[in-house]
Amino acid sequence: MTTVDWTRKTAAQMAAALKAGEVTSVELTQAHLDRIAAVDGPVHAFLHLDPEGALETARKVDEDRAAGVELPALAGVPVAVKDVLVTEGLPTTAGSRILEGWIPPYDSTVSANLKAARMPILGKTNMDEFAMGSSTEHSGYGPTHNPWDLDRIPGGSGGGSAAALAAFEAPLAIGSDTGGSIRQPASVTATVGVKPTYGGVSRYGAIALASSLDQLGPCGRTVLDTAMLHEVMGGHDEKDATSLDEPVPACVDAAMQGATKDLTGVKVGVIKELSGSSDDGGEGYQAGVKQRFEESLERLKAMGAEIVEVSCPSFEYALAAYYLILPSEASSNLAKFDSVRFGLRVEKDTVEKTMLATRAEGFGDEAKRRIILGTYALSAGYYDAYYGSAQKVRTLIQRDFAAAFEQADVLVSPTTPTTPFKLGERLDDPLAMYLNDVATIPANLAGIPGMSLPSGLAPEDGLPVGFQILAPAHEDARLYRVGAALEASLTEEWGGALSAQAPELEVAG
Amino acid sequence: MTAARVSYDEAMEDFDPVFGIEVHVELNTKTKMFCGCANEFGAEPNTQVCPVCLGLPGSMPVTNEKAVESAIRLGLALGCSIRESSRFARKNYFYPDLAKDYQISQYDEPTCYEGSLDVVLDDGTVVEIGIERAHMEEDAGKNTHVGGSGGIQGASHSLVDYNRGGVPLVEIVTKPITGMGERTAEVARAYVATIRDIVRALGISDGRMDQGSVRADVNLSLRAKAPAGEDQDAVPFGKRSETKNVNSLRAIERAIHFEAGRQAALLSDGKPVVQETRHWHEDTEETTPGRSKEEAEDYRYFPEPDLLPVEPSREWVEELRGTIPEHPAKQRARLKDEWGFSDLEMRDVVAADAVPVLIATVEAGATPQAARKWWMGELARVANDQGVSLDELSVTPAEVAELQSLVDSGRINDKLARQALQGVLAGEGSPTAVVEARGLEVVSDDSALEKAVDEALAAQPDVLQKIQDGKVQAAGAIVGAVMKATRGQADAGRVREIILQRAGVEG
Repeated sequence: MTTVDWTRKTAAQMAAALKAGEVTSVELTQAHLDRIAAVDGPVHAFLHLDPEGALETARKVDEDRAAGVELPALAGVPVAVKDVLVTEGLPTTAGSRILEGWIPPYDSTVSANLKAARMPILGKTNMDEFAMGSSTEHSGYGPTHNPWDLDRIPGGSGGGSAAALAAFEAPLAIGSDTGGSIRQPASVTATVGVKPTYGGVSRYGAIALASSLDQLGPCGRTVLDTAMLHEVMGGHDEKDATSLDEPVPACVDAAMQGATKDLTGVKVGVIKELSGSSDDGGEGYQAGVKQRFEESLERLKAMGAEIVEVSCPSFEYALAAYYLILPSEASSNLAKFDSVRFGLRVEKDTVEKTMLATRAEGFGDEAKRRIILGTYALSAGYYDAYYGSAQKVRTLIQRDFAAAFEQADVLVSPTTPTTPFKLGERLDDPLAMYLNDVATIPANLAGIPGMSLPSGLAPEDGLPVGFQILAPAHEDARLYRVGAALEASLTEEWGGALSAQAPELEVAG
Repeated sequence: MTAARVSYDEAMEDFDPVFGIEVHVELNTKTKMFCGCANEFGAEPNTQVCPVCLGLPGSMPVTNEKAVESAIRLGLALGCSIRESSRFARKNYFYPDLAKDYQISQYDEPTCYEGSLDVVLDDGTVVEIGIERAHMEEDAGKNTHVGGSGGIQGASHSLVDYNRGGVPLVEIVTKPITGMGERTAEVARAYVATIRDIVRALGISDGRMDQGSVRADVNLSLRAKAPAGEDQDAVPFGKRSETKNVNSLRAIERAIHFEAGRQAALLSDGKPVVQETRHWHEDTEETTPGRSKEEAEDYRYFPEPDLLPVEPSREWVEELRGTIPEHPAKQRARLKDEWGFSDLEMRDVVAADAVPVLIATVEAGATPQAARKWWMGELARVANDQGVSLDELSVTPAEVAELQSLVDSGRINDKLARQALQGVLAGEGSPTAVVEARGLEVVSDDSALEKAVDEALAAQPDVLQKIQDGKVQAAGAIVGAVMKATRGQADAGRVREIILQRAGVEG
């Protein structure tokens, strides 16, 4: 028996220890399964576990390693997968009751990539139904709780993946980000999450919410770990017509370079409208969030970065445009859940009534809300005013970003205006819930990459604050360079990763 | 209950018809429009399916480039402009045979638009039909209703076969066609026949209406005739009906006859025509109401976000333009002239689908009449017996031409040529090889023929006498005997000459 608690290590450390023969993948995988068994009751990060499959993968990796077979960098390091990703033979629900019991007959490209990278898949993580939400409270299977404070939201929609990382149930996790579903959960759980450039990671096999906004991405507890997973996930895929035909960005190299804490010559643009520090964007920003953001800017400056202020005036309309485009696309993407070929079926005497009854019972309130919104927005006579105008706003936002990136290499803002709110607090106020994503949504509308990493705890409530970095399309590596530098500077002060400061969870019997 | 109606001719006397046709062409690409599944007719249900064409969660479409090529070629053959960038759109509606509950189609940006097509009627009249657009889309699956009458009403349950789901289609939409009067039905029929001929000539579809590879929806409305001397185009269009799935040339004419008569009866009675879709019934040759415009669905079209726009390069489009065959009707007129065929001969050749093999046979050196004789005679009979089309026979146009050249050179006669053809069809080799292997050549060696004639004359001395007495026609009996003795391989003309020589009479 090892006395080391492997679940507390970074993925990079695990990979190195596996290579050095200090630990086996079976031991690592079992340690995480044990941790999940011990703490996931109250956290509820997972919807489905696959201990047999994960251990089987681990065993084969250990055998091959013993036989001297050359293995990929993360071979044997376990990973948690958001339930939005189709996994062959493993239940996949996207957090919805309408897909309860569906076992997919095929693999998404990203799950196939994880298998090719020989990473044991621990299980499927909880999420807001079809990724619609910022708190996981819209999951059809009950909410996930934030390991920092079990009464608070873990963010959403990818709260399950973020909470699994924060609770040391998994070292790495897959997320999907349509308006902030990777970055906002990372922010409120003191973990790292990256939304890659649109098309950088194949969407084939990711259950679609809004196809023109959705992007899968890596989640980890450190910038380097996240970079390693990014390189496993990304790359061209001929099954996704919107996939970029270019190599995966050199994320790991960029993270290593950043860790040297030299940002000389890097221009960092503070987005005036999202910084919480000016008259334009101060509204709704928590004091501690503003404070940690300002401190992080000072650190970047201290490492040689030049700080400039940029303005993106069209961001004012981003939320409105987003809540037209997303429901429009979602209303169409969710049509296929009609009981005919898979998932729930509430049998009635005609196919039309069966479809109606199935959808009435299978979808939750938020899904219904957005399907209704989208159906309305696409209706004849309304299309131009709603969907058409939203697309125009999208173009304006892309122009704002293009202009801002003329002045800066990366753009920064707090990831969310506040630290995690309490479960139930905004459930009856969809607009307040939507406002939580005000800083993350513009990146999705423009298709550019973004990262959230921890910048400290807010003094007033001791809860995590996230720092967002945005880069031009195709320049994902810049996120890792700047992110790794800030992380190195902060962890030096903290004496280790911020995630280590999370309160101990009560361990089950 | 059958609605009251007047005859087509009466309807045409009182009203001015306006019509339009939507033709769906199923492309014969190897794979489906947006996935790698086989695109073949007649497989076991649900055996040509995958996550994409079943619309499983997470699956994504990828455009079949060959289908785009076929659509562009068809657009060019219809004289259309080809859009530099065109997006696919989603047409949203719920139906069990539509796996994703939306159809990927093209909406406001069809790849092919603004064309025109000359249609040649039986009497040679040429009518120009305006083409509004030709766009790509995917087909839906096929529902089978079990129990009851086979319709959805009264069925105990329905089965869905998704093999057809995702099969590539091109939909060709005409502009409203006016001014055809009583020739409306004839023009509609000729238009669809022309489309069918074009897709076959392009090789992009088998064009089989009986298997649904070419399907038509017929829109028809009637309007009042303008008073004498006034402009008919100033009279607004009436309300139209759209008759769906009219799937044979005859049915197109019949459907227009029925609809014109039905609408005319309503209008004459002062009743309104309802704008609606109608179903065509092949058995009764009638239409019945489907959805009315008021109940029509709002398809909530929007650009398909999972696909990139179709952006064919100008170079590619020009390259494809070079592959467009001649307009079938114009080609026929030209060939009829060049070949010197009568109207009847040409019509038979067209009806038998023999134009392509005739062209190839003539190109290989045969005269048009000889080519026609072979393909419309012996070979048509063999094809009919074997239940195959002419181009599926195991004899090539070049071999037919070679066979004819053997006849022309006198090496074989017609009877031997038919035997040689049997050999070719049986896979024994080229006509020349078969003639040599089977020893079918005409005996032209005079000494052998003289010997055979002498033997025959010796056997029938009375005949020789008759000939010498001036009854030259009596020589026929000797010719017959010689032909028999040489198993048909003698040149009958030469035999006759020799007989007359022997009898000492001039031929």
